[in-house]
Amino acid sequence: MPAVRLPTVLRSHAGGAAVVVAEGETVADVLSWLEATYPGMAGQLRAPGGEAHRFVNVYVDDDDVRYLDGLATKVGEGTEVTILPAVAGG
Amino acid sequence: MAVYESALDLIGNTPIVDVSALSPNPRVRILAKLEGQNPGGSVKDRAAKYMIEEAEKDGRLRPGSVLIESSSGNTGIALAMICKVRGYHLKVVLPENVSIERRQLLEVWGAEIIPSPGGEGSNGAMRRAIELAGEHPEWVFLHQYSNQANAKAHYEGTGPEIWRDCPELTHFIAGLGTSGTLMGAGRFLKEQNAAVQVWAVEPPVGEMVDGLKNLDEGYVPELFTANDGFDLLDRKMIVRPRESIEWTRRLTEVGVFSGISSGAIMAAAVKAAKLLDEGTLVTIVCDGGWKYLSTGAWTDGLDEVEARAKGIIYF
Repeated sequence: MPAVRLPTVLRSHAGGAAVVVAEGETVADVLSWLEATYPGMAGQLRAPGGEAHRFVNVYVDDDDVRYLDGLATKVGEGTEVTILPAVAGG
Repeated sequence: MAVYESALDLIGNTPIVDVSALSPNPRVRILAKLEGQNPGGSVKDRAAKYMIEEAEKDGRLRPGSVLIESSSGNTGIALAMICKVRGYHLKVVLPENVSIERRQLLEVWGAEIIPSPGGEGSNGAMRRAIELAGEHPEWVFLHQYSNQANAKAHYEGTGPEIWRDCPELTHFIAGLGTSGTLMGAGRFLKEQNAAVQVWAVEPPVGEMVDGLKNLDEGYVPELFTANDGFDLLDRKMIVRPRESIEWTRRLTEVGVFSGISSGAIMAAAVKAAKLLDEGTLVTIVCDGGWKYLSTGAWTDGLDEVEARAKGIIYF
């Protein structure tokens, strides 16, 4: 089962947890699981059933899923999913 | 060596050095373009010069003009250097949690610092700059995150220089901050050879800046979307602080004293080298290590430095 690292802004919805163990075989499954398990996250990650919001980055083992298979990217035992707000630099 | 009329003429034309001694794969070369050689000490000299010269050409900047910009450091420093030489006054909205040296350098060049909450990171600094620019229409706001001159500096400078020095490259790997380097040089290189892969590296900053109240305070630079960044990039990855510091240290083995973001880019290049059969990777060393001495990155225990790095913005 994949582990999900939550950004600080979402932790309050998960009782303060920084990492939660989710269920699912794809990133889309993981997001659905998060939205169902922690209703406060619904709408924050994506429009219902849609792609992740533009300002949200989802990484599987540190790779942005937009450049893998998007929300269809496979996850499994030992996979780490990281969710972060997009942040500028410079 | 030629005699240059101005230190600003030294911007660009940076050297590329072979750092393949650090490659885990003998069939993958890793080359590093040393942007710390720019007179202001970072790759940001290029964008700053282009943005200022364009604003001078279109008449927005005139002698005595006041500029406002947000920066986590390097763009501010580069703009401040040029402003001092050209006689402009610069105000920089700077997150409070950058290394002390970044602040000191802004002071060297005479910039006025407007602090913004560290927990909001660069996104918060940018929002504040937008507000201030709105309240003061008489100030010139170049806005590095949306200014096409930023990407143009790399389309006309960094990209052609890489192509001139290393036409055999297979991958271009650079940091994603404003996206200027990747959008400009990345596009130029793909136009020369469509097979060139463009990889972006970013730090997991969102994990460190805990002052963002909502996910929708996340920000993708207009420069990235306006240049079809989602299509241009082939891969984007985060590199965590510990690995960034480890590779910042490893770079000294080949004589390269770099900033921490360059260590992150090097870590990504090493990951790429492991995945590929063969290739030539060109990476960017964004700045030298001078501005990060206070972090103890090379000398203190790794755990201690990692904890410290999580508290500062180094991209």
